Amino acid sequence: MNLHEYQGKNILHSFGIKVPLGKVARTPYEAITMAKKITKTTGSNIWIVKAQIHAGGRGKGGGIKMAKSLKEVYEISSKIIGMRLITPQTPKEGKLVHRVMIGQDVYYKGKSEIKEYYISILIDRNKEKNIIMYSQEGGVDIEQIAKESQEQILIEEIDPYFGIFDFQAKKIAFNMKLPTQVFKEFIIFIKTLYKAYVASDASMIEINPLLKTSDNKIIAVDTKVVIDDNALYRHPDYAALRDIDEEDPYEVEAAKAGLNFVKLDSNVGCIVNGAGLAMATMDLIKLSGVSPANFLDVGGTVDAHRVEKAVCILLKDKTISAIFINIFGGIVRCDTIAQGIIAANQIIEGGIHVPLIVRLQGTNAKEAKKMIDQSRLCVHYVVTLKEAAAKIKEILI
Amino acid sequence: MSILVNKNSRVIVQGFTGKEGTFHSQQMINYGTLLVGGITPGKGGNKHLNLPIFDTVEQAIKATRANVSILFVPPAFAADAIMEAAYAEIDLIICITEGIPISDMLKVKQYLKHRNSRLIGPNCPGVITSEESKVGIMPGFVFKRGGVGIVSKSGTLTYEAAYQIVKSGYGISTAIGIGGDPIIGTNMQEVISLFMEDSETDAIVMIGEIGGQIETQAAQWVKESLNKKPIIGFIAGKTAPKGRTMGHAGAIVGDKNETAEIKIDILRDCGINVVESPAEIGVTVAKVLSYRRNKI
Repeated sequence: MNLHEYQGKNILHSFGIKVPLGKVARTPYEAITMAKKITKTTGSNIWIVKAQIHAGGRGKGGGIKMAKSLKEVYEISSKIIGMRLITPQTPKEGKLVHRVMIGQDVYYKGKSEIKEYYISILIDRNKEKNIIMYSQEGGVDIEQIAKESQEQILIEEIDPYFGIFDFQAKKIAFNMKLPTQVFKEFIIFIKTLYKAYVASDASMIEINPLLKTSDNKIIAVDTKVVIDDNALYRHPDYAALRDIDEEDPYEVEAAKAGLNFVKLDSNVGCIVNGAGLAMATMDLIKLSGVSPANFLDVGGTVDAHRVEKAVCILLKDKTISAIFINIFGGIVRCDTIAQGIIAANQIIEGGIHVPLIVRLQGTNAKEAKKMIDQSRLCVHYVVTLKEAAAKIKEILI
Repeated sequence: MSILVNKNSRVIVQGFTGKEGTFHSQQMINYGTLLVGGITPGKGGNKHLNLPIFDTVEQAIKATRANVSILFVPPAFAADAIMEAAYAEIDLIICITEGIPISDMLKVKQYLKHRNSRLIGPNCPGVITSEESKVGIMPGFVFKRGGVGIVSKSGTLTYEAAYQIVKSGYGISTAIGIGGDPIIGTNMQEVISLFMEDSETDAIVMIGEIGGQIETQAAQWVKESLNKKPIIGFIAGKTAPKGRTMGHAGAIVGDKNETAEIKIDILRDCGINVVESPAEIGVTVAKVLSYRRNKI
């Protein structure tokens, strides 16, 4: 589960990581109130206004701005709240910004030089270990650095049993060429960060930039925290942070019905059982010369109602030009699926209005075919995947 | 021969009396699997499906000489149940459970390093040796006996492949679903190497998908290994968008080496016969095997 920047920072702060003082606002008026509150603590009259969306590269899209007066806080917030922010990581049409975070400016001038670094903790599937990825070049696009000067990015593998050793923390500090004055604080920081990563069941924590301030503090200026969905049952407080405004409304509705659904940008819908077969079905649609509108896995414990719901959700998208239902019944019975299709046809006003290509193979396939034949629902019945591909071509091309 | 399980495998079920456990235990018994008991902590001493229930895996092994355990334990308790089975020194652990936290699996993998048990899964359909033993949730009737071994990250796609192979006039020796999670017990290369040594397996079908690198790692191992059996491959997810999880927790493109296109290229480079379309698995197996037969 992705978190907003402010949510991730709150979690890290609860473990003792230093983050800039920040407060969330949903309106420009609220933004001013929050800015005043921050000034009470910091005494500074410079604030950073940051759009809160689930995507990186916000600065590039105009979603992060510095304000030097309360008037500017108001103006910038009015502009950002409600805008469709387009960054390299958002969909083409951008993402609607519902709230901003008003943050303390930590780039103040002082005795020593300010410097930005990069740190992330994530899982390496191949090594089956958590790794710390770090660079003395922070603040900028890490993918850019990875492309242009890979030697700048270093990796430290962490033992799953022992966790991070002191010598590893020191090694990272040396490699990042940190000034000696902040060494001690950094070692505490990195060990705390790893502790937070494990304790919060995160699958990724990225801090970019990590800042050494002019008065030698180590501060996590921007953070991205992703929590392992499978571990959310252990963290009801984090589970409550889910922001469904950031998700596709169809996907939210599908998830509620127990369907595993990913919306894509095209027009041939598909309903499949099993994630692998669902991906393969999408590939088959593409090989037939058209493009899949979605990924949809009805799951292993599907009932007729869930199938009915799947058809209804797909047909909410008016650009859908056909639906391919591909079920390989094992535990899932084909007659259950047929029942769902027939029910959907009755529920939908005017019936299912797009061509239906149906393949029900495996357990109770014969009974299913009989049910569909008797229902007089108009479908293109196919037996093999090869026939399905040919039928898709015939109907749509 | 076949691999991992056969008609002599003595199977116990962890999470025996739950809804899933009960349903699939009955299905396995119907298939002919030698089920010898099950574990549900707190219900030891009773019977379920005419088989004894035990409180711990240790007791179950002692009483039944079981050598395979299949798990239908809920995700919150599954990691501990896997480690319990390994602690009791069972040979093979097959974990069906989907949704185990990834940090739990890191622990499990670490623990298994010091044990002699093999883990298949989690988040998998299990293992079936056709017409002998089904230790999983797959529809048994699809798997007719024959010389093709299947290793796959996916459940229904395995059934689809088996169906196509049988339709083309061939059959399955053993089919293994290794699971769709980012961290799994036994990887593709290990299963392929078992198939290479198996006298009953003439050809191997490997079914992968986007995410991770176990397919390419297996392919590179195949290229370097001496034992050559034909391998037919399919990689699902060419149309999957980057950065999205496609059903399986592990089916997500992390970096550029994890896309379907790159995997297909590498597999082909290593001599694996990769089919473009999921509809061509069966016919390609038939083509490869008949060509081989004619050559001999």
